[in-house]
Amino acid sequence: MKAGNEGQAITGMAGNNITGSGEKPQTLLGADELVLNMGPQHPSTHGVLRVKLKLDGERVIGSECMIGYLHRGVEKIAEHRSYQQFAPYVDRMDYVAAVSNGLGYCEAIEKLLMVEAPPRARVIRTILTELQRIASHLLWLGTHALDIGALTPLFYCFREREEVLKIFEKYCGARLTTHAFRIGGLQYEAYDTLEKDVERFCKAFEPRIKDYEDLLTGNRIWLGRTKGVGILSAKDAIALGATGPVLRASGVKWDIRKAMPYAAYDQYKFEIPVGTTGDTYDRYMVRMEEMRQSRLICLQAIENIPSGPIMAKVGKVLKPPPGEVYHAIEAPKGELGYYVVSDGTVQPYRVRIRPPSFVNLQSFDYMAKGHLVADVVAIIGTLDIVLGEVDR
Amino acid sequence: MQTPLNNELVGRVRAKFGTALVEAIEDRKQAIVIVESGRLGEVAQYLRDEEKFDLLSDLTAVDWPKREKRFEVVLNLYSFAKNERLRVKVRAGEGEQVPSVAGVWPTANWLEREAFDMFGIIFAGHPNLTRILLPDQWQGYPLRKDYDIIEQDTGWVRENLGIESGQ
Repeated sequence: MKAGNEGQAITGMAGNNITGSGEKPQTLLGADELVLNMGPQHPSTHGVLRVKLKLDGERVIGSECMIGYLHRGVEKIAEHRSYQQFAPYVDRMDYVAAVSNGLGYCEAIEKLLMVEAPPRARVIRTILTELQRIASHLLWLGTHALDIGALTPLFYCFREREEVLKIFEKYCGARLTTHAFRIGGLQYEAYDTLEKDVERFCKAFEPRIKDYEDLLTGNRIWLGRTKGVGILSAKDAIALGATGPVLRASGVKWDIRKAMPYAAYDQYKFEIPVGTTGDTYDRYMVRMEEMRQSRLICLQAIENIPSGPIMAKVGKVLKPPPGEVYHAIEAPKGELGYYVVSDGTVQPYRVRIRPPSFVNLQSFDYMAKGHLVADVVAIIGTLDIVLGEVDR
Repeated sequence: MQTPLNNELVGRVRAKFGTALVEAIEDRKQAIVIVESGRLGEVAQYLRDEEKFDLLSDLTAVDWPKREKRFEVVLNLYSFAKNERLRVKVRAGEGEQVPSVAGVWPTANWLEREAFDMFGIIFAGHPNLTRILLPDQWQGYPLRKDYDIIEQDTGWVRENLGIESGQ
């Protein structure tokens, strides 16, 4: 009973039983249990996540995630904006992967309108989205390693992420909440040196991934902290609805980019990395390989960017015919789905956002059971959640 | 845009459940089946076990206050084996209970809590149907159409945040 005695210990501990009768005292919880609050202000919860841990000594026997601290009512806002006006809001959900959010939203509305973005726009979208995946994974890697105690990778990861953000800045003027795409295509033509910038980044990036791996992959402390921690079997991952790298690390070879291609993914060759045991180490390896694959997609895409228009013919006022559509993309964190219902007016009747982080976080309780308090930090990190998206 | 759908899957569901399958439609090439609220549990079990829709991607609701049954609970399913999506819908009136599918797809646990939080739909048999994003004492269900965009629980805001509510 070392950890968190200053925390919100609700019950007395077993040692408090001074009656000497040998019977455990009647308390709200079992006498051996201790409740520890983690967050909402805690550096390793990656935002305002509050986790209530039920502990037996240092061991977690149950947990409860309390979310909603960042709830802004995004879905309600959508019902009071026009289709175009709502587009910048989606960037503020998963704010470390704003480009992916924007892609999903624009494509969903395009499906609803039954238009398609022109080939040039689709390829540029693919390039920027894959760069965003690299940036998102880099941020995850840096902070995840930092949580577990490796300080160095953070600086390297942010150095490379900066290069990606600079490309975004050159393209659309913003670095984080980019609003890079428009419904029907793109607003901005690619700037003159986009291909060169992407190529330079991709060339420089390959040895950098090796650097991260040198620091972590064979590192004894890293292995000790990640191997066998937070195991999620394929069956459980599917039952719990986990998607993205979390699902793939459990050995399910499923990636929406391959299964139901969107943007220009059907034109490029890439592999879907999978893990075997579904532990924290596997999820790390899957994301590392995904960065390599994203890099390859970018290199293939810049080889041949088709010329032509960047915007499909959509009106200034969008009035999709009544009906509904569900469109999902493979965001860096998993399946990002938009379910949009139109009643034929200029405002969406209902926009439902299926956030990958929200659903993935649900498996936290399952994964944390039986582990130590220190592993909780590793498990929150490996789920790669962004609270802006969990709470919306 | 919506046309009646009549493929093999719909045929099999109709043969098995008869009139419990209210309607099958296709909208923008996406399959939608509307089933009777009371039999959602059986249909869900069948779709997961026999038709291999093993992933519940999403569960949400839509509010149509002018309809006789105002809520539509929407389940978006995915089958890894068939690489196919299916949308299952259930209609429910105010105060009417919808069977929980958390026993079939554990994912539904949080998703149903969110639908309860935002719409006030009661899922019968849910293990822990409490608010998830909003505070437990919050009054009102924000995603209902009759809940105004700037409306909020002024009492809660005053008590907990110490400010007068307002924009």
